[in-house]
Amino acid sequence: MLALLERGPSHGYQLRAEFDAATGATWPLNVGQVYSTLDRLERDGLVAQEGEPDFEGRIAYRLTEDGRRTLRAWFASPVSSRSGRDELSIKLALAVTTPGVDVTAVVQTQRSATMTSLQELTRLKTGADADADADADVGELAWLLVLDALIFRAEAEIRWLDHCEARVARAAVRRRQPAGTAAATSTVGAASTTGARR
Amino acid sequence: MLVLSGVTREHVQGGMTVHALRGVDLAVHAGELVAVMGPSGSGKSTLLHAAGGLDTPTSGQVLVEGVDLAGLSAAATAAVRRRSIGYVFQDLNLLPSLSAVENVALPRELDGVRRRRARQEALAALAEVGVAELADRFPDNMSGGQQQRVAIARALVGPRRLLLADEPTGALDSTTGEEVLQVLRARCEAGAAGVLVTHEPRHAAWADRVVFLRDGAVVDQSGPVAGAESLLATGGPA
Repeated sequence: MLALLERGPSHGYQLRAEFDAATGATWPLNVGQVYSTLDRLERDGLVAQEGEPDFEGRIAYRLTEDGRRTLRAWFASPVSSRSGRDELSIKLALAVTTPGVDVTAVVQTQRSATMTSLQELTRLKTGADADADADADVGELAWLLVLDALIFRAEAEIRWLDHCEARVARAAVRRRQPAGTAAATSTVGAASTTGARR
Repeated sequence: MLVLSGVTREHVQGGMTVHALRGVDLAVHAGELVAVMGPSGSGKSTLLHAAGGLDTPTSGQVLVEGVDLAGLSAAATAAVRRRSIGYVFQDLNLLPSLSAVENVALPRELDGVRRRRARQEALAALAEVGVAELADRFPDNMSGGQQQRVAIARALVGPRRLLLADEPTGALDSTTGEEVLQVLRARCEAGAAGVLVTHEPRHAAWADRVVFLRDGAVVDQSGPVAGAESLLATGGPA
């Protein structure tokens, strides 16, 4: 919010529109969230009301000096790693510990779904790239960067799923075989895994 | 354009039968790019070799533009390979003593196309992949990305309408790799059929469909399923 106000005074509806434009509406805001945040920022002295309400009763806000300092500090500091619950990790952790769950199927279902969204994101990016060539506007660039972030995140998730699947398969082979032969089998790879299953 | 139906490939290795492919059904239509993903040993490369007539399945059918490769003599298969199929491998195999345009024209000359016409076709293929200006350069004087584009031009030259690519972005940095995929994608949008084998999810995402291979069998796919595919699938194992 502070970053958007750095461009100049603005009211809530406009701020929401600008945020959505910069992020391609990837994390849509509702106007209520925008106004409650503005209230909090005003209370903390980071923004102030600018002039009188317009004819529709909307109040414009501007950045205070404190707000500008806070904004600079925000850009200068790293983002701490995400602390929210990761449903997929939880699901896989439970899948390997719950009897009767086909972990490989859980992994594959997720992999196909993530790949489908990766394909959609790639298509969006191809379209956005073509637009960006036509006019090098910063709004388009912001959106491309957000798209890239989502693409790399989806890719990381698929790689992690591949890794999970390989680990689960290796663990299954070890359980099925006496300790002495397990190590030899895992180095030969898929061919002997196939042999062992027959 | 390309139909694999019940394709099985077995090797005997150390007295044990290894199933490289087990009853694979896959149809790739003109204008479509299909990516094949799977861990090493899942049969990705065997599938591509079977599709390109470089390897013969133990059982099942491989149709390229309606022609069953299994029914052909070695010489006839070689002719289909040259005329209908373009290969892009990780290993570029450009001949260092030939210029870019000569490298690209070579397969056409082997097809018996006259030299001047082969050169014209080669120049058109180089232009299509955006490296027309490299025509007279030798491979040693090109960057890896430029060499890969020339190799793709060689795969596209002439009337070839089936494109098979095995990790075509292998040695390239991520931006150059994306350019190569853009070229593949554009060629497919212009009417070719493409099969791309890759272990990079971000590259596979350029495809219309992604097929997942495990232990020689297709386990799932993402993206839209074409009509002909579901017809074929009725004959296969559930």
